[in-house]
Amino acid sequence: MKRLQGLLPFVGVAVLLAVWSLTVWARVVDPVLLPSPIATFRAMWIGMTSGKLGVDFLKTVERTVYSTAIAAVIAIPLGILLGSSEKVYRSVEFLIDFFRSTPASAMFPLFLVLFGVGDRTKISVAAFGAALVILFNVAYGVMNARKTRILAARVMGASRLRVLWDVMLLESLPQTFVGLRNGVSLALVIVVVAEMFIGSTDGLGQRVFEAQQLFDMPDMYAAIFAAGALGYGLNLLFLTIERRFVHWSGK
Amino acid sequence: MAGAQPAASIELTDNAREAARRTAPHVTIRGLTKRFSDATIYDNFDFDIPRGKLMSVFGPNGCGKSTLINMIAGLFPVDAGEILFDGQPLSQIKFGYVFQNYREAMFPWLRAFDNIAYPLRVMGVPKAERITRVEKIVAGLNVKIDLNLYPYQMSGGQQQLVSIMRALIVEPEILFLDEPFSALDYEMTLFMREQLQRIFVETSTTTVLVSHDLEEAVYLSDRILLLSRHPARAVEFVHYDAPRPRTPGTMSEADFISTKAHCLEIFQREVRKG
Ligand SMILES: Nc1ncnc2c1ncn2[C@@H]1O[C@H](COP(=O)(O)OP(=O)(O)OP(=O)(O)O)[C@@H](O)[C@H]1O
Ligand SMILES: [Mg+2]
Repeated sequence: MKRLQGLLPFVGVAVLLAVWSLTVWARVVDPVLLPSPIATFRAMWIGMTSGKLGVDFLKTVERTVYSTAIAAVIAIPLGILLGSSEKVYRSVEFLIDFFRSTPASAMFPLFLVLFGVGDRTKISVAAFGAALVILFNVAYGVMNARKTRILAARVMGASRLRVLWDVMLLESLPQTFVGLRNGVSLALVIVVVAEMFIGSTDGLGQRVFEAQQLFDMPDMYAAIFAAGALGYGLNLLFLTIERRFVHWSGK
Repeated sequence: MAGAQPAASIELTDNAREAARRTAPHVTIRGLTKRFSDATIYDNFDFDIPRGKLMSVFGPNGCGKSTLINMIAGLFPVDAGEILFDGQPLSQIKFGYVFQNYREAMFPWLRAFDNIAYPLRVMGVPKAERITRVEKIVAGLNVKIDLNLYPYQMSGGQQQLVSIMRALIVEPEILFLDEPFSALDYEMTLFMREQLQRIFVETSTTTVLVSHDLEEAVYLSDRILLLSRHPARAVEFVHYDAPRPRTPGTMSEADFISTKAHCLEIFQREVRKG
């Protein structure tokens, strides 16, 4: 029974593959539009190991990692600063919420003017979007630090700076990781969109777009799956780091 | 021989001064006023906390017990009035503070050992000395807990014991305990009362205990401060001088029973008034 439970996550995958194969076999959809799973995975394997897909994959990873890193470096200290004083946060809350709600894709033309057609635009728009998400989460994490814990530190003689460093910062870590996970997901979305439309010659977005233009459906599906795997992998990576370093999260 | 006369008299006055210091109040509260947006909790409140005694604060819910000890410990500002320690308004005094909600007062990112050592780290005590002092206090209390665990891996009683050790590690001049046992089961509560009494007998630290359990308050205390509803007044300052160590047998002695009954009567009268 236990062993069967471990297999549960694969049930959905198996069902999807079965339905997909069945659809192809019964020719419900034009085979040009929907290649078989085998053709798709073969395209993926070849693309990743010897074709252009692997290069594009790494390019997208690189852009996403850069933009998330830039966002984190800016947003985490700023979030701690804003969150440590509720008054300061309230005074900029509207701005943060406003720009957090603005679709980052609407910023492309502006950033194109600022940074030109190239990696800098893609990375900076993605970093912009991710930074706001991270900032918001970090600030809330700091603001919601347990009152009792702060009082406890203060009665033991900790200075304001020490309370910020020893208590608020650590208290905010679980929420910071929520921000990082959401931030990296958003960064990936923005990077892929940018690769599709902003004069790109590489990246997963460009790969999907080009395959579609050439009507190379197995390649297109392969690139989509690669993007999905990347998003899932990044999320999993942050979850693993969180479990390792924020062991008290949720306890 | 005539020369010895002045020296002896100086010695006498030194002794007298020492005796006066011993019996003088540890904390003097004068004209204390505290308001929250919707209520006046203290209005011109005067009170003296005796030195080296274990004092309980007992009163209806929301009358301002926690607010009082938070103001004395310097965690909440006062609106008016003064709180003096040995007649001085100094803030460099070392407090120990045990919170009711140990789950929210412990640092879950630190192992129990480092939680206990944390106040020493704040004070800048070197690591080697921190370790010896934690080991000393653990041995002194005869605690058998794995201090390498994180707080969330421990039982409630163990966590509260860790939090009491954290309060004691600095050898505080005043120890505050705000309903320290109310989240523990009965057996653990009994055990913790004995621990607290032992600590008090050994150190004679001025201790202020907020308790919702009258039996516990009388059993542990030399003095019981009965507060009214807010704005809080000191309705009575009851003395209970049974010798220590007190044992469960103490609770069936006539003195204990009558003191407890007296406190209960006053409490009920005050609550009915409100
Ligand atoms: N930060 C605050 N802001 C506004 N009102 C407060 C605040 N803290 C306490 N109060 C109010 O002040 C009163 C006294 O609170 P306090 O916590 O000191 O009571 P208490 O005697 O400790 O009560 P309990 O027995 O429930 O612990 C309560 O009515 C409470 O609602
Ligand atoms: Mg209280």
